[in-house]
Amino acid sequence: MQRQLANMKQTLFDQGYLDEQFIQLEELQDDANPNFVEEVVTLYYRDSARLIQNIEQALEKSPLDFSKLECLMHQFKGSSSSIGAKRVKSECTQFKEHCRVGNADGCKRTFQQLKKEYATLRKKVEVYFQFARQIGPVEKACRSK
Amino acid sequence: MKKGGQKFSALVVDDNKMIRKVEEKLLARFGFETKVVENGEKALKLFDDGYTFDVVVMDMEMPVMNGPVATRALRARGVDCMIVGVTSCGDGPEKAEFEASGLNCCWEKPLNAEIVGTILNKLDNKMS
Repeated sequence: MQRQLANMKQTLFDQGYLDEQFIQLEELQDDANPNFVEEVVTLYYRDSARLIQNIEQALEKSPLDFSKLECLMHQFKGSSSSIGAKRVKSECTQFKEHCRVGNADGCKRTFQQLKKEYATLRKKVEVYFQFARQIGPVEKACRSK
Repeated sequence: MKKGGQKFSALVVDDNKMIRKVEEKLLARFGFETKVVENGEKALKLFDDGYTFDVVVMDMEMPVMNGPVATRALRARGVDCMIVGVTSCGDGPEKAEFEASGLNCCWEKPLNAEIVGTILNKLDNKMS
């Protein structure tokens, strides 16, 4: 079971959904905070839902306020990088680039892609956490550098 | 750890609740006694109220009062503790401006174990 969980996680890394930061969060888990990662990820999805809504609304305005969009996306990128959401973060960077050059279509396209990645990641980590909870507390495996 | 077994103290200044939570835990894991506030103005208020910290972890972009403004204000008040900037802006004029406001150093977000370890080393060296 542990091996399955480890494989699940490895796949998420191999497919580029998560990066090193996720491991950093896992290493902060301890007996006092056994569900730290899940708490942080839950907080991320809750907080960023509001940001996504704001960005969506801002994208409906005409003409686009690129400065405001960039600012909103900056916050979103910060949060995403804090949980190791690698693909989401990459879309955020793209979006900011489009803002910088005033590319409205690019922004809208990238945002659609971003929402897809965001939703996919959510499903995948939900499965991961569900599985982890089933297994229960396990010995922290040694991480080979 | 400080000499005499006292813990180092840290102040996290960031408008993002999630980031505050992660940075607080990360610092606590390294033995820091940590407080968190959501913008530069609240950070200033703590110092004005007489709090002191060994290190301030300062986000760059925050509403009400941002990192560079808060850092400049702290230095102007004679606060000489370590102030570490964290930003997701990459290298560029904003980062340079932030560093020029009085930071000891500036790191790319997210804060991680390696960065905190480096901060701790610097503090240990300062102590000895």
